[in-house]
Amino acid sequence: MSVEPSTETESPAVDSVTFRGAWAGFVACLPVALGVAGYGVVFGMLARRVGLSVAEAALMSATVLAGAAQLVAVELWETPTPVVAILVTTAVVNLRYVLMGAALRPWFEDLSPLEAYASLFFITDENWALTVRDLRSGSGRGAFLLGSGLAVWAFWVAATVAGAVAGSAIGDPARYGLDFVLTAVFLTIAAGLWSGRHSLVPWAAAAAVAVAGAAWLPGRWYILLGGLAASLVEVGRRG
Amino acid sequence: MAEIPTLAVIAAMCAVTYATKAGGLWLLRRVEPSDRLRASLEALPGGIIVAILAPRLAAGGPPEWAAGAAVVVVAHRTDSVLLALVVGVVAVLLFRGQLR
Repeated sequence: MSVEPSTETESPAVDSVTFRGAWAGFVACLPVALGVAGYGVVFGMLARRVGLSVAEAALMSATVLAGAAQLVAVELWETPTPVVAILVTTAVVNLRYVLMGAALRPWFEDLSPLEAYASLFFITDENWALTVRDLRSGSGRGAFLLGSGLAVWAFWVAATVAGAVAGSAIGDPARYGLDFVLTAVFLTIAAGLWSGRHSLVPWAAAAAVAVAGAAWLPGRWYILLGGLAASLVEVGRRG
Repeated sequence: MAEIPTLAVIAAMCAVTYATKAGGLWLLRRVEPSDRLRASLEALPGGIIVAILAPRLAAGGPPEWAAGAAVVVVAHRTDSVLLALVVGVVAVLLFRGQLR
């Protein structure tokens, strides 16, 4: 914690990666990670069904850490493995991470390259959003992405194993309201990012483009396009 | 053609995914962003989050919308993610039971 009152800047200085900062991120992300785990169970079940072993499913969750891309990959999985299709889809589904990483720049430029690039491995939609919220509040916790990401990672891998081992005995996450956890997370964060009428036009553009994109385009293009729509509207408005 | 081992596919997926996660910052460390790019980057987080949310909410019905409204009210009043989550999940289970 800084003692001196800092002057108002757009991106206050960010501490290097500390245990305290990471722990704060880890704890803040635990309820969110529980929601993510609901999908980890589904992924584990699907992975087993297409013939991956429990170890392979767990390894994919531990090293790829991208829920949507992994779910699509096991949808495509067959023998022989359609490697090109799987890799191209993985890249396309994950393109939104390029924008998410770019949006962290104001804070991550204060971190060492090792800290920054190690933390970026742990980006997922959920903990990225929590991290933006935390850093915007001026916490200066450079380790928040890493800590929150470790929470998601631990639950994601454990849930994958649980789903792969238990198979279909567990059932639909919607039964426990877990499907709504992630919606609630993003709503909470959106409420925090709302900056009055100024946000209205870019957000309306993002929503319209995303709903249209989700209806007509495959995969997660809608997230990328919705985010870009908000950006373009904002730039256009400032001339 | 020989079958490509599963481990190799997983390793390649890992590499592709990491490239997307690290790529945005990597690019911006090399190009000093102009004011316009800065403005567009500032609008990104809100835009991306709304883009994730909008189709989810559009796919829901009255229970999800009512629970969503409860989440926003709690988030606005308390600024606590945890409390908003608990209220949201309880509300959605309640409303799904009552409204359907």
